[in-house]
Amino acid sequence: MNALEFDLAHLLAGGMVLVSFMLLYQNRLYALLNVFALQAVVLGLAVAWQAWVQGAPHLFVTAAIAIVFKAVVIPVALHRIVARLGIHREVETVVSVGPTMLAGMALVGLSIVVMLRVTAGADLLAREDLAFALSVILLGLLMMVTRRNAVSQVIGFMSIENGLILAAAGAKGMPLVVEISVAFSVLVALIVIGVFLFRIRERFDTVDVQALDRFRGERQ
Amino acid sequence: MTAAAGLATILVVPIAAAALLAALPNYRLSARINVIAAFVTLLAALSLLLWQPEPGRYFVVDDLNIVFIVLNTFVGFTTSVFSASYIGHELENGRLKPVHMRFYHATYQVLMFAMNLALATNNIGVMWVAIEMATLTTVLMVGMYRTHEAIEAAWKYFILGSVGIALALFGTILVYLTAQPVVGEGTEAMVWTVLMAHAGTFDPALLNVAFVFLMLGYGTKVGLAPLHAWLPDAHAEGPTPISAVLSGLLLNVALYAVLRFKLLLSATPGAIAPGPLMVTMGLSSLIFAGFMLYRRRDIKRMFAYSSIEHMGIIAFAFGIGGPLANFAGLLHMTMHSLTKSAIFFTVGHIAQAKRTQKIAEIRGLTTSHPVLGWGLVLGVVAIAGLPPLGIFMSEFLVVSSTFAREPLLALPLVFGLLIAFGALMLRVHSLAFGEPTGPSQPVHASHWPMVAHLALVLTAGLYLPPPLVAWFQTVARLLG
Repeated sequence: MNALEFDLAHLLAGGMVLVSFMLLYQNRLYALLNVFALQAVVLGLAVAWQAWVQGAPHLFVTAAIAIVFKAVVIPVALHRIVARLGIHREVETVVSVGPTMLAGMALVGLSIVVMLRVTAGADLLAREDLAFALSVILLGLLMMVTRRNAVSQVIGFMSIENGLILAAAGAKGMPLVVEISVAFSVLVALIVIGVFLFRIRERFDTVDVQALDRFRGERQ
Repeated sequence: MTAAAGLATILVVPIAAAALLAALPNYRLSARINVIAAFVTLLAALSLLLWQPEPGRYFVVDDLNIVFIVLNTFVGFTTSVFSASYIGHELENGRLKPVHMRFYHATYQVLMFAMNLALATNNIGVMWVAIEMATLTTVLMVGMYRTHEAIEAAWKYFILGSVGIALALFGTILVYLTAQPVVGEGTEAMVWTVLMAHAGTFDPALLNVAFVFLMLGYGTKVGLAPLHAWLPDAHAEGPTPISAVLSGLLLNVALYAVLRFKLLLSATPGAIAPGPLMVTMGLSSLIFAGFMLYRRRDIKRMFAYSSIEHMGIIAFAFGIGGPLANFAGLLHMTMHSLTKSAIFFTVGHIAQAKRTQKIAEIRGLTTSHPVLGWGLVLGVVAIAGLPPLGIFMSEFLVVSSTFAREPLLALPLVFGLLIAFGALMLRVHSLAFGEPTGPSQPVHASHWPMVAHLALVLTAGLYLPPPLVAWFQTVARLLG
């Protein structure tokens, strides 16, 4: 592997982590959707670059799915859902931005320490890719934990999926079965989410998860 | 040839039935087709006992997963019989409309397909896909009543289940990365039999990290504390046949995944022992659920907590390891599946007869509905672990093998068991005895699925046939 190939792969995977941080501090729902679309574009480029470097043409399919489906279709659909349901346009957070960013940094540090240590035997690119992928996954989890409304939790979940695809693409020669299944599961997940949002709208005036919590569990 | 046909049948019949059921508008007919399809699947699974296919690239049927497959198809069949009478009653009550039925029956068969696929596949990637599919179908079914509670339960289940399944996928990718330098690139590095054959040469450090992700990911689906939050709601708010299938089967399928990876880990020298992790999560589930049982007001939720407790015991037993504890874990898993689904069968009908799930509003069942009442009493006696029923025997084995290997761990185990026992006895007393209160409708239920399950549990408690014991012992040795 020559230096340019390595640097570009490195740049794109690192870009994913950076965009994950951007997701953490958005306070408008539309801006959040746009940043998510940006993350999907970066993912598409990273996967396409991996496809080129590894000489694995099937990865181009994954890249195309990321760009077309995740960067365009899903954000547009969610835009329309937000508009149509008249959802509150602001992202309500449980923890304010500062502590969330600090926690995010700690998580990235953790994943780099863990991953680089245990993958001492593998090649450098795979190692760093994996460390970045784990960071994206953990940041997505953090976002799901610290956000209140359903739409931003869904975006957190999809950014976890982005991290998984980055990891799968970085694993050399991983069978296509898995990538297609990931894309497929995202599709199915979206259908499910659509159904849910629809049903939630049927019953509630808000897609704020706290509204769901009112009906939690056992009432006397 | 016969073997391959049997294997094909357990996968093709459910998926074909699902397509057919999605198209049929008549719900009586589709309930019947559902039962027939489940029965054919059961027969095919039993045929696998006689003719075991050679492990191939795509599917594997060995001594370990055949136990799960037979149990899965058996409970799938009895639940379909229960579901036919339950669903008929829900239609009369007006809680469900005939249009829901097509959806319900089709997803039931898709769920059976997904679980059989997860158990029979030889590829860790396909197994992940199948478990994800099973999760999504159950999410849809849990949300079927569309009440506030049902939607909240389904949403929570969906979010927690997806996060769990995402972690499991990351673990799966790491396992592939571990195998790739040894086995080579491509599909081969995801095939169980190949992985097991090369396990000795894997890099233990990466595999350790992979197992942590897999344990957390699939552990969420097993419902181990502290990852159990979705489980009680999902059990309480969905249709009762789904509660029975969730408790009796889906938890087992996720546990099967954990066991497979545990096997891989114990075959790799230098890897961490998976035991302590499983023991800790198992014990914390047991004790936590034991205490939570006292505070339940909803009858289905109470038995959902009891499922967490029992999955804890099973994970604990497999974590302790050794032939005896593994044997006890397998036996306990089988007994728990049978008993818990029998309990949900009775609870489903009780909730229909009394039009409530609140424990406080249900009294004197043995007087008002003798068969259901005594069925519930027997089921709870069984699940609480009283002799002479099967769970007593398996719990006894778990405790005695723990005393033999780790005497100190036996104390919290016995403590947890006693706590749960007390809670269940307290509740069943108020449910089953005393003066009947509240509204009460006659139920036209088919009782034999419940009777069949409880009879099996009783028989197992009194006498286990030697071939079955020999079988379980082989598997227990396999699990190391």
